[in-house]
Amino acid sequence: MSSAKPHSLSETIPAGLLDGYQVPEFFCELMNRNGPIPEALSRVRNRLAAMDVAELRKRTASAEAQLYSMGITFTVYSNREAIDRILPFDAIPRIITAQEWSHIERGVQQRIQALNLFLHDIYHDRKILKDGIIPAELVLNNPNYCEAMVGFKVPGGVYVHVNGTDLIRDMDGRFLILEDNARTPSGVSYVIENRHMMLRLMPDLASGLPIRSVEEYGPRLHQTLCEVAPEGVLNPQVVLLSPGIYNSAYFEHVFLSREMGVPLVEGRDLFVENHRVYMRTTMGPRPVHSIYRRLNDEFLDPLAFNPDSLLGVPGLIDAYRHGNVTLANALGTGVADDKAVYAYMPRIIRYYLDEDPILDSVETHICAEEEGLAYTLANLDKLVVKPVGESGGYGLLIGPHASEAELDEFRQKLQQDPSNYISQPVIGLSVTPTLCPDGVEARHVDLRPFALTGRSVWVLPGGLSRVALRKGSLVVNSSQGGGSKDTWVMTS
Amino acid sequence: MMELTHFPLLSRYAECMMWLARYMERMENLARLLEVTETFVRDAEGQTAWDSIVSINSDESLFSRLHPDASSADAVPFYLTEAENPGSIRSMAHAIRENARAVRPLVSTELWTHLNVFTRWLLELDETSVKTSSLSGLCGRIRQECQTHYGIAEGTLYRDQAWLFYRLGKHLERCDQITRLVDIRYHMLLPQGEAPGSAIDITQWTSVLRSAAAHHSFRRLRPVTVTPANIVGFLLKNEGFPRSLSANLRQIDDVLSLLANHAGLYGLCAPLQECLDELRTTLSDQTAGDIILRGLHDYMDWIQTRLASTQNAIADTFWPSIPTAISQATLQAQE
Repeated sequence: MSSAKPHSLSETIPAGLLDGYQVPEFFCELMNRNGPIPEALSRVRNRLAAMDVAELRKRTASAEAQLYSMGITFTVYSNREAIDRILPFDAIPRIITAQEWSHIERGVQQRIQALNLFLHDIYHDRKILKDGIIPAELVLNNPNYCEAMVGFKVPGGVYVHVNGTDLIRDMDGRFLILEDNARTPSGVSYVIENRHMMLRLMPDLASGLPIRSVEEYGPRLHQTLCEVAPEGVLNPQVVLLSPGIYNSAYFEHVFLSREMGVPLVEGRDLFVENHRVYMRTTMGPRPVHSIYRRLNDEFLDPLAFNPDSLLGVPGLIDAYRHGNVTLANALGTGVADDKAVYAYMPRIIRYYLDEDPILDSVETHICAEEEGLAYTLANLDKLVVKPVGESGGYGLLIGPHASEAELDEFRQKLQQDPSNYISQPVIGLSVTPTLCPDGVEARHVDLRPFALTGRSVWVLPGGLSRVALRKGSLVVNSSQGGGSKDTWVMTS
Repeated sequence: MMELTHFPLLSRYAECMMWLARYMERMENLARLLEVTETFVRDAEGQTAWDSIVSINSDESLFSRLHPDASSADAVPFYLTEAENPGSIRSMAHAIRENARAVRPLVSTELWTHLNVFTRWLLELDETSVKTSSLSGLCGRIRQECQTHYGIAEGTLYRDQAWLFYRLGKHLERCDQITRLVDIRYHMLLPQGEAPGSAIDITQWTSVLRSAAAHHSFRRLRPVTVTPANIVGFLLKNEGFPRSLSANLRQIDDVLSLLANHAGLYGLCAPLQECLDELRTTLSDQTAGDIILRGLHDYMDWIQTRLASTQNAIADTFWPSIPTAISQATLQAQE
């Protein structure tokens, strides 16, 4: 972690909500931008400053009660009881200027283009492997590499229709890509619901500001799924395939099917006949053409993958391979958002697009490689070590925060199974003012913009800002005590 | 006029809408029954006749298994919080919640939000909540929340096929409830040790009417004498009373006609309507006096059997041979 000093603030901050805010050494989204605060932010900051903590607390409590009543929740299970939890909501928005957004947008578009080209290549000619840009065994032996996709042509060459890109900002305010989520990324419902909540809760804060709308996502998603429907289908029937009411992300499935105006189906609502997919309706079977599936690859079809899966549709993969139905995202995209493949993304972008990456990645050491392992072991106390197959912030080591015993334990794990790990330097994640038990304090934050790809790549002007509510914590995942904020992309 | 009826409805949605409505209706009836029983229904020793509720719901065997040395008062927790009783308020709240979750993509957010809060409150009830607030207070609130739900449904549900299946469930359940009530409570209308045909005890017959929310409607008819037959006639045959058997059979027929004509399901609905016609004819061809004379219990039994087969025929028609809706097994166990 570098120890850059905060830029001294030339302006005086009005008294009130932000009065006791201690501007930390990190890049602060609202209060310490290593330079003058842009106009778009200072207006919000001044309005915030005129509020007080008690009022904000009252509004937050009301917001959280509303989220709970409206069932904007995820489900956790304890003793076979389903418990609904809200994602803690912070009423201080995270703001992104028009200039920053245009950089993010271009960077995300470039990244997704490269991901799609890479997936097409590794399931067809494998030029990138032959040219030695990325080790063949890393791709072909990857558990997410899907044999069923080899030689199969997907409509429009699109594999990743819905993508969530995890971005962080370092001490200098530079946006870095931390992770690609190219399988079934979740969280977009919170982007939109947080906005609704914010406009109900803080109309005085948002009033008259040039904030970009996030309402377009549902219609755009529907349009995307129509664009990639099998060729020759005039009026494609789109459905959202969910694991069902017990899934922890069921609210999001409900939300998206409602926003698109399409049925939310479970596996048992669909069946396959003559290589075609149908849904069971009161008026008999009706053909289905595009499936936005929120089910992982291995559960999609008990005939093709996990035979014990009751969630999927027997014969679905067969229908897919006959080109009669589109799955979004395609099968086998997990190999592209793999944490080890991530390390090669800058090279992958250059290889296919002949461009420099617009958004940088975090420097990554691959422990499967001798050099990477040696470096990781020697610098363990300075690095973040991540298991490549995990998500949700599980199983990672944050060197500077770990005890000697934890470091020793990880050294052993690394030596036993080096190819399961990568390591990265600890990034001094940017912070944002957040309402905490002792007042408004700095908390680390990330950003997940969502992009849709049909005929072109469209990025929702907003994103999920996840905030680590524990003081000093760098882990923003909801499963690890993270909350969320509304994200305002400004038009100027 | 129905809109967008050419849009097919997912079979599972139809099934869950129907059961959502049935459970809401059933819960409202149970809450009213508990409320009225506590206040008005006494046995020969002047004790509250809780066991009559056990009979109305045909729960004798489950009740005696869970409460071998039952006192009649055990019926209260049995119907409020007993998880093993599929017909308890708690179990029904669970079933309502799961069905509501399944149709959540389809219903208004207002409808869902109300059900979310309401069922969560019900699932948190335990025996202490009955002690702290009075039973009638608690049941009154449950009844009102059910009625709030109907109001939101009426005012916000889109009028497509889902709405029709919701109405089918509601009216089928009302038919079922009124026949059970008449069957079991009829004996309360019979005068004790007096000649048949003489006037009956006013407390007894008003309690029967109150159990069906029919008390004041009946009063407006101002019958010269109150006889078991004219009360039974009112509950079964009065077209103006929204919970009567005939009014609800007519509603079911209306819904099936709408499905048949507007959703293009004529071929599917015709056999169901024929089955219903027979029921309606037997009801309109007999006076309440005839029904009592020929055997009220057997007639109620026959109607219930026909209602159950109508329900099964609906299932076979609109959601054939697919895994059942949530808790349908529970329901069948009860019926």
